[in-house]
Amino acid sequence: MKYLDEFRDPIFAKSLSENIHKVTTRPWTIMEICGGQTHSIVKSGLENLLPSSLSIVHGPGCPVCVTPLEMIEKAILIARKPNVIFTSFGDMLRVPGSTSDLLTVKANGGDVRIVYSPLDAVTIAEKNPDKEVVFFAVGFETTAPANAMAVWQAHKKNLKNFSILCSHVLVPPAMEALLSSSTNRVQGFLAAGHVCTVMGYEEYIPLAKKYNVPIVVTGFEPTDILHGILMLVTQLEEGRCELENQYSRMVKKEGNIPAQQMIFNVFEISHRKWRGIGEIPKSGYSLKKEFIHFDAEEKFSLGIVSVEESPLCIAGNILRGLNKPFECSAFGNQCTPESPLGAPMVSSEGACAAYYNYKRQNVASSGSGMVNKKH
Amino acid sequence: MCLAIPGRIEYIDAASNPKMAKVNFGGIIKNVCLDFLPEAGLHDYVLVHVGVALTKVDEKEALETIELFKQMGDALDELKEGDPA
Ligand code: SF4
Repeated sequence: MKYLDEFRDPIFAKSLSENIHKVTTRPWTIMEICGGQTHSIVKSGLENLLPSSLSIVHGPGCPVCVTPLEMIEKAILIARKPNVIFTSFGDMLRVPGSTSDLLTVKANGGDVRIVYSPLDAVTIAEKNPDKEVVFFAVGFETTAPANAMAVWQAHKKNLKNFSILCSHVLVPPAMEALLSSSTNRVQGFLAAGHVCTVMGYEEYIPLAKKYNVPIVVTGFEPTDILHGILMLVTQLEEGRCELENQYSRMVKKEGNIPAQQMIFNVFEISHRKWRGIGEIPKSGYSLKKEFIHFDAEEKFSLGIVSVEESPLCIAGNILRGLNKPFECSAFGNQCTPESPLGAPMVSSEGACAAYYNYKRQNVASSGSGMVNKKH
Repeated sequence: MCLAIPGRIEYIDAASNPKMAKVNFGGIIKNVCLDFLPEAGLHDYVLVHVGVALTKVDEKEALETIELFKQMGDALDELKEGDPA
């Protein structure tokens, strides 16, 4: 069998693939949430190992992609200020705002620094007491403990010159928003393994019940994903709608409790706007009142910044699994990773960029007849 | 950016607060906070995301994952990023 090179255990992968073929008797549409999984699926060509009646659609789990354009604009406005050191994960530097991006601000002399960890940004603040140090705190639940720890450390060290530009999002409310939409076609979910390493998986059990949808907590290696798909399709074929855990080697039911405690020391749940989707109630974290002096939006009194998205972009449909990237008229011509028009082309974990980079559009379009098929 | 990567604890600074360690990811060494994993000890393998250890990993699992990352080429890149603090 071809396409098995990227699998840790090709024999296991082959047997998983054969078993998926065996159990699948009907068409199903399933969604992976995590951008890391999207990347892994598209890069490994995993869809070639699946029956053509299985449609894998790619969800909104890429923090770089769903960070609203207004936030990117705010980051650029702050980074341009003379007395500021703006710190961020590398991925965010390449995201274009309305007229510029953080890399360009850096090239024009702005002090923009890539950090590996938000804790490094706290160290920079300690070493530069006469500068304002701002960290761009984006991410899902996986990243929240580190970001919360950074704020907590700044608080304990009584740092007055550290703040975060916070755009934190949460997986379960996004799943609920998809499931409660009248256009939903997702019948089963692969939940994001590392998110559950932090949060555990108890909050997914009521979702599976309420919406009659099976959910399998899944790792991100190609073999994990095949295994997760087999567990999910088996549930669908048997008419079960349960929470199962494929990734038990990394995920405990209760998650990492000290990490959760740190998150809730610093953050509270708030409404968040998702790029390409819009506002989802209670779908993110914001700093609690006691920590509001660490909020860069307050500190720099940015007010409301509004930016228009490109009218060509159908990211909302892509992130809901209603269309595949190659069905967008701008895909690969007006919109490329070098000059992205919309969210999913921005990061290598976004669905459009993953399709573009690994040239899956041809493979995928051979199966695209099923994309619009109603089940 | 959401991947967590397994590495081996090479050194623990017992006096530090938060508790910090040096963790080796297939040859790249990073400072990692152990506060959320008090049970982690010297030479344990831990799953780390943006400088914070999230769970322990068994050695075989960790080595296989690191090997796969190396083959896939790009997953370890974020460890190489970052201007010195
Ligand atoms: S290809 Fe570009 S314009 Fe089209 S949906 Fe994807 S991000 Fe939007």
